[in-house]
Parts: sequence; structure tokens; C-alpha cells
Amino acid sequence: MSALGNRIAAARAQDRAALIAYLPVGYPTVDESIAAMVAAVEGGADVIEIGIPYSDPGMDGPVIQEAVDAAVRAGVGMRDVLRAVAAVAAAGAVPVVMSYWNPIERYGVERFAADLAAAGGAGAITPDLIPDEAAGWLAAAEEHDLDRVFLVAPSSTDARLRSTTAACRGFVYAASTMGVTGTRATVGDAAEALVVRTREAAPGLAVCVGLGVSNGSQAAEVAGFADGVIVGSAYVREMLEGRGADGVRALSEDLAKGVRA
Amino acid sequence: MTTTSPPQPGELSLPARPGWPDRTGHFGVFGGRFVPEALIAALDELTEAYEAMRVDPAFLAEFARLQRDYTGRPSPVTEVPKFAEHCGGARVLLKREDLNHTGSHKINNVLGQALLTKRIGKQRVIAETGAGQHGVATATAAALMGLSCTVYMGEEDTRRQALNVARMRLLGAEVVPVTTGSRTLKDAINEAFRDWVTNVETTNYVFGTVAGPHPFPAMVRDFQRVIGDEARGQVLEREGRLPDAVLACVGGGSNAIGIFTAFVPDDGVRLIGLEAGGDGVDTGRHAATITGGTPGVLHGARSYLLQDDNGQTVESHSISAGLDYPGVGPEHSYLHDIGRAEYRAITDAEAMEAFALLCRTEGIIPAIESAHALAGVMKLGREVGGRGAGGRGDEPALLLVNLSGRGDKDVETASRWFGLGDREEVDPGPGLDTDQNPTEGAVSNDEAVAGPDAGEEL
Ligand SMILES: Cc1ncc(COP(=O)(O)O)c(C=O)c1O
Repeated sequence: MSALGNRIAAARAQDRAALIAYLPVGYPTVDESIAAMVAAVEGGADVIEIGIPYSDPGMDGPVIQEAVDAAVRAGVGMRDVLRAVAAVAAAGAVPVVMSYWNPIERYGVERFAADLAAAGGAGAITPDLIPDEAAGWLAAAEEHDLDRVFLVAPSSTDARLRSTTAACRGFVYAASTMGVTGTRATVGDAAEALVVRTREAAPGLAVCVGLGVSNGSQAAEVAGFADGVIVGSAYVREMLEGRGADGVRALSEDLAKGVRA
Repeated sequence: MTTTSPPQPGELSLPARPGWPDRTGHFGVFGGRFVPEALIAALDELTEAYEAMRVDPAFLAEFARLQRDYTGRPSPVTEVPKFAEHCGGARVLLKREDLNHTGSHKINNVLGQALLTKRIGKQRVIAETGAGQHGVATATAAALMGLSCTVYMGEEDTRRQALNVARMRLLGAEVVPVTTGSRTLKDAINEAFRDWVTNVETTNYVFGTVAGPHPFPAMVRDFQRVIGDEARGQVLEREGRLPDAVLACVGGGSNAIGIFTAFVPDDGVRLIGLEAGGDGVDTGRHAATITGGTPGVLHGARSYLLQDDNGQTVESHSISAGLDYPGVGPEHSYLHDIGRAEYRAITDAEAMEAFALLCRTEGIIPAIESAHALAGVMKLGREVGGRGAGGRGDEPALLLVNLSGRGDKDVETASRWFGLGDREEVDPGPGLDTDQNPTEGAVSNDEAVAGPDAGEEL
């Protein structure tokens, strides 16, 4: 039973896409970041991607880098992450952890899976872990009934779309453009083409699109062809610019309208 | 000097490769690919193109021609007897990668990767650089082959290695100072990967060392192994025997792998990598990744790295920009774990003492990176001394050191360390202090010029 899959299916039953909000733990403080995650849920997010801060976020653009850099320096660790997971679950959304691989490897893959499941987490998104290297994580996730979300990209071959989606449970993360996280003026045709190809490779798996979505009208556009809309940098910018939980709630409301348009 | 004629079609004689990595780039548990999916297609393309290129006689002929006519290979082996007087009775041979065009071993790898870039039809190369030597080499190859070139360099390093920034710009490269994180090599690598994932259709990433995701560790090793292939032949020809030990400094590990590879099957030859010990491994301010780190994942591969309990990369410290890196190539982690190579830490002070000693005894100014290997041979020589030839003790130990680069780029750092600049304000560091003699005879005829007086008429 996949918590992420179920929640996305429930959105689909309402004839809409799911809204997935990313926020890192620990910016500007652990408590304020958790309050912001709860506000994102109140504003209408279905799933919260709880980011584990990492010193070398190779896939992230300047906005997310700035926030996680501060959190790393403050020494934010897995204990804080698990607290955020429990808070998001209590607020009624599905918590999924988003982490570069090393913090999980350092914590211990088996221990991570056990503790994440105990805290009420649905699973993990691993942007720099491809299924080819994921044997340990797949086994631990299986044992603890956790979702595992891997990424596909416009450059993925059809063979890789098949093998990567076969390893996913919950959904597959379609990185809409070649590049790093950050808001963009337009979402681009590559995203829709990738979703179509991914669906052909894995008809039964939800496909959620991330990288570049920042407002309600872009969310509406993506919701027209994907099962879920993932928004990261736009949320983080609310925090960086000091609008905190209120700004995050308002952004969620705008995006939630978008995914229902 | 001997000239090697380019291999003729049909007479391919590639040296035997080690049995690692496996097909997916694993050296035991190390290596692999820990990168965003978006880069997998480019890494697959590189792997495939490289595997075809490395056995293509046309490539091998072109590569051999460039190495001979452009780089100046083979590089000589120089015996340094006056320096060796400080090495416990051992004999010391230097493999002179400092004499290569651009001043270090980095050119060996870059020429190979630039040819590969042309082969896959890309017009732009990007590179990371720490000391600037890999950046200079990449800018050089780009100029030679008509590629556009962007080099990422930590802002901190652009200051330490200003000469190399100017060299890259003269060569037509764009140098981007990186202001994220610790503003050193590790952050330059992050930025280069971000550029690559965004521009992968037009751009090839010319990686500077034997780290990173597959195929870089194996490919860079293949391009650098010429160092050891040549040196093994040169030492055998000259001495009629193999060296007792081969030593090299280890940042990411390319010059060390380059000289080790040919000797890996020679069980009697000790392989010793010298890591940057900074202020000392026990101070926490160092870059000795294998000596003081733990296995983890950084920059696309599993290897030893400097990290905290949360799995965050810890900032490294070294006087040497080229060794100031909290990671290390996965093959070194493997050679360490299987016991085939040893890794030791050399402090800043020990390296600078060896730096001064080589300058004054042999008239060779080494790169500070390479000075770590020189300090390593001073220590090893004192341990094994006369007990050479596999420990039989019937002749002095024969120790081969990879002199990976020349020290022009480091003159400012060295001047500051030794107090050769503004005498009023600077306390000279160890190795060339005011008495000179405590450096164990940096000048062996007792006419040492005290550091701060070095510029004065006597
Ligand atoms: C002269 C020299 N030696 C060594 C290194 C360290 O790199 P590696 O360990 O890959 O040989 C550098 C890097 O800049 C260098 O310039």
C-alpha cells in the first residue's frame, strides 16, 4: 500500500492534480520550517517534500542552496527531519523525505527506513541515487513498506524510463527541464513530452512534474498533463524573503487553485 | 631522449589494465554513479565513446603525437643525490611531470579528454580547478583544439592562485569564481556539475582527477598511467631493477594513480600516497581524506571523504590548493582497503620544509602539492634507509617520487610562508626559518641564507 500513490489517486478522483510542496528542514530555524510546512498543508498541499539539508546540493539552484546552506551550518540533522515528518503527518498531508544520498547513507539505510516509517513518513525522493545504485535502499524500503521515488529527465532513454519507473513506488519524479531547481518563466514543452513518454513506459505509475513551477497558472498548465505538480524554489523564496508561514500558506492557496483549474 | 613512434594500425599494444573497476564503474564497494538521472545519458555517451576511442589506432596515434610534440613526453627521471642526503641513505629518483607543457601532470588527462570532446561533437568544455593547474591545462587544450572553455574555481583559490587565473584568461578561457559553500575546489565541482546538467547538449565536462562518477575515475587513470608506464621502463632500464617504493601526493589522486598503475602488479613495490595533513590530522584542520575520513558519497561516487555525523562534507584545509579537497578518487579507497597502497598524512610544515630543501639542494622548485610527496620520501627514507632491494639490505633503498608539478604558481605562497616578502610583518614558517639549519641542512654546505635575509647582499 503506497501512501503517496493513494493520495495522488484521491486527487485524481477529484479530477485534479496533486500539489506537492518542497521545503527544507531548518530554514530559518527548525521550528519555523516546520510551521511553514504545516502552513503549506493548510493552504492546500497534498504532499510535503521534506528536504534534508546537504552541504553539496548539486541539483539545486541558488534559491534552495541559500536556504539549505544556512540549515547545514546550523547543524540540522535527521532528528529534526523526523520531527518535521511527524508534524506534517499530524497536519494531514503525506510526508515524503527528499534527500541527497550521503546523509541517508551516513545515518544508516536500514535505520533511516525504520525511523522514517515509525515517524509516519511515506518514503523518500533521492535525486542523486539512481536505481542502479539503490539495492540497499530498495531492500530497506520494501521491508518497511516505504515509497521510493526516483527521477527521470528529458535525456532519459526509453530503456531507462522503463527500468527507473520499475523501481519506483508512489510516483515518479519527472524533472521537466535539463538543469537545476529554480523558478522559470515558462515550463516548456519538454515537460509534457517527458510525461507522455514516461506514461508509455509505466502506465500504472503516477507521474509528477517538478523544476520550474512557481505560480497558479503554471501549476494549472502542468496539471493539464501530469498527476502531480511539485513546487520547490517558489516556496523557499517565501521563506528567504521573510514572508514565512503566511507567505507559504498564500502560495499554497494560489497553487491549489491552479491544480484544480 | 627516446622518441616513441606512433603505434601503427594493427599493432595495438595497450598495457594491461587492472581488473577494476567493473563494467558499472565499481572498485569493490567504491565508485559507481551517484548523480541526477539527467546526467546518466551524457555519462553513458562518454563511456561508450571513450571505450571505442581508447582502442582506435587513429586516436592512439594522435594522442601519442600530442604527448610527444606538444607535452614533451616522455618526461625524464632525475636522481637527486643532494636531496637524498636527507632521506636516511636511500636513493631518490624524481619522475619529472613538472617539465610537461603547462607545468604539471594535468595536461596528460586533458589532451585525452579534449580529443574525446571533439569525437562526440561538442564545442564547449567546462572544468573545475583548485590550484589552477587543471584549469590551465584545460584552457590550453581548448585553445589548441578550438573549443570554448569555462573554468570554475573557488573564490578562495582564485586569490591563492592568481597567477593561474591570469594564465587561463590569457589562453582565452572564462574563469568563474565560485562563491558558494567553502569557496574552494569542492564547490567549484558542484558548480561545474550544475553547468553540465544545464548545457549537456553542447558541453563536455573535462574532469580533472580520478574522482567523480563512472567513467571519470577509470578514464582519467588511463590517460595518466603514462607516468608510471614510462617511469617503470626508465627505472628498469637505468637500474636493472624496480624501485622499492613509489610515492605521490594525493588530492583527488590522479598523479598518484598515474604513477601507481604500472606498478600495481609488482607485489614487491610499495605504493605510498601522501595526503595533505594541513595543521595535523588530529587538529581537524586537514585534507587527509583516507587517513582521517570515512566512506560515503560525494561528487558522484562512493569513496572516503571528510564528513560529519550528519553526512555533511567537512571543509578541508591545506596550504596546497591542489590537495585541499575533502574527497578522493574511489580507486585509492579500494587500494587502501585491499592493502595494496598505503596512505599517510604530511603536514603543511613538513611539506614546506621539503619544498625548501629541493629548491636549495637540487635547483628544482616543486609545486607545493608535490612537496608533500617529497616530505613523504624524506620520512620513508629514514625508515628504510639502506635496506633496499626488497629489504635484503644489500643496497640503498631506491625510492621513486612523482614530481607532479612545478612551483611557479606557488611562489607567492612560499614567499609568505618563509617570510621572504615584507620582513617586518611576517614570521617565517618552519622549513626556512632564520637559522636555516633546523631544516636539516636545507643548504648542505653550511652557507644557508637565512630566510628573511635571502634577498640581501651578503
Ligand atoms: C602539481 C599538482 N599535483 C597534484 C595535484 C593534485 O591532484 P591529483 O591528486 O589529482 O594528482 C594538483 C592539483 O591541482 C597539482 O596541480
